[in-house]
Amino acid sequence: MLKILKYSFYDLIRSRWTYIYCGFYLLFTLSLLWLSSDLSKVVISLMNVVLLLCPLIATMFGVMYYYNSREFTELLLAQPIRRTSIFFGQYLGVAGSLSASWLIGTGIPFILYGVFGSAQAGNFFTLMLVGVALSFIFSGLAFLIALNNENRIKGFGLAILVWLFFAVIYDGLLLLSLAWFSEYPLEKFSLTASMLNPIDLSRILILLKLDISALMGFTGAVFRKFLGTGFGMSVSLIVLTLWIILPTLGIRRVSLRKDF
Amino acid sequence: MITIHHLQKSFGKNHVLKGVDLAFDKPGITAVLGPNGSGKTTLIKSILGMVLPDDGNIEVAGKSVRNRWEYRKQIAYLPQIARFPDNLTVKELLSMIKDLRGKAASDQHLIDLFELTPFLGSRLSNLSGGTRQKVNLVLTFMYDCPIIILDEPTAGLDPISMVRLKELIENQRAAGKTILVTTHVMSLVEELAEEVVYLLEGKIHFRGSLKVLKETYGESSVERAIASLLEQQKNTPAFSSNGQPAFVTA
Repeated sequence: MLKILKYSFYDLIRSRWTYIYCGFYLLFTLSLLWLSSDLSKVVISLMNVVLLLCPLIATMFGVMYYYNSREFTELLLAQPIRRTSIFFGQYLGVAGSLSASWLIGTGIPFILYGVFGSAQAGNFFTLMLVGVALSFIFSGLAFLIALNNENRIKGFGLAILVWLFFAVIYDGLLLLSLAWFSEYPLEKFSLTASMLNPIDLSRILILLKLDISALMGFTGAVFRKFLGTGFGMSVSLIVLTLWIILPTLGIRRVSLRKDF
Repeated sequence: MITIHHLQKSFGKNHVLKGVDLAFDKPGITAVLGPNGSGKTTLIKSILGMVLPDDGNIEVAGKSVRNRWEYRKQIAYLPQIARFPDNLTVKELLSMIKDLRGKAASDQHLIDLFELTPFLGSRLSNLSGGTRQKVNLVLTFMYDCPIIILDEPTAGLDPISMVRLKELIENQRAAGKTILVTTHVMSLVEELAEEVVYLLEGKIHFRGSLKVLKETYGESSVERAIASLLEQQKNTPAFSSNGQPAFVTA
């Protein structure tokens, strides 16, 4: 698996899209740091972008990489290599190179700014962690969708739909249901609902760490009230990890049953 | 070397393989023939584990291949369509496969044989169909495997390369390998194969030596024999009521 991972990673590292993605984060973070001297504000601004952009780019890269490397995959399938190694290697290559772009693009400006000496180091780490987790989750989901769909256009459309659902539609539905059922106690419902969306969960994780009540919204507040800051963060971290593990298991399951 | 028991495979409603029983236990060259869509490639991909059978069992060297991968070390496979990652050069592709298989390969004499040296630095996307097929052949023959499976090996090759390929296959036969070839070029079958397996609608319609094939249909060449086999099949049902192939000679 490590050899496949190595080749996928090198392949992507040579792609100019990886550089564009990394360069975007670099410029964006630098300009945010230049405009505002308050590190926690920069973290919040970045969070708002990252919660949408990381999943979107991971989804697109995941689907595109799978479909573009079909020839490579077929070549590998006839070699004495375990099937799961091929797909895990490719998935980790995509998720790894996306995470590397994110870590380098945002990490370098923050480190140059001296984040390690400041009180914001913990918040910075949480933000980094969330970006990596979202890259893994959404490229995993994208791989799973692409594996299940031979038709590229269908696969691509479905993957974008999944992103749209978690990034936009989900919050709308949640809000609507909270309004409709406002006479009922909704704490447990909204607690569960936000755990079922990795983007919501990431937002709550960062806001709990930043400890800014005004930005938490209903779900964040419920999280803090019911679970407390420390426990709430541990729970959201565990659920985020589950969100990484589940698509990975799905990839394993489908790759073992698929005909090529 | 390879034993296939009652192999069944459907893709959706398309029942491609309908209970194939086959054994390749002697060294030598067997031609797997059949019209388009008769299940040749599906059969081959099942042996390689790329297609997973619905029912039945495949054994290579006495062990079932289901969910296993080590056995592929014993198989050299030439895919029908030479498709490679586009952004790699020929040299990178060769070294990548060598790295992945982690075994010493003898690719230099094959590169010389097919005159590929000038193309080593070119990207695979820029190669012509015939040159890609030559790269494909180098990848297949650079390992010393007891089983060789060739799916349409002559596709896109010029006459010189064709002659060299035949020599290469002859040498492998002399080395005592079990070789399966699918092709639509009957002259290749006539020159190389000892035995023919004829697939029709997902079942084995004929299996036997070239001589028996020609005798059965009273023809002088394989091409004519196959043609009259197809003619007969149009006029009579291919399979008797008990589901046995109409013509099988061991």
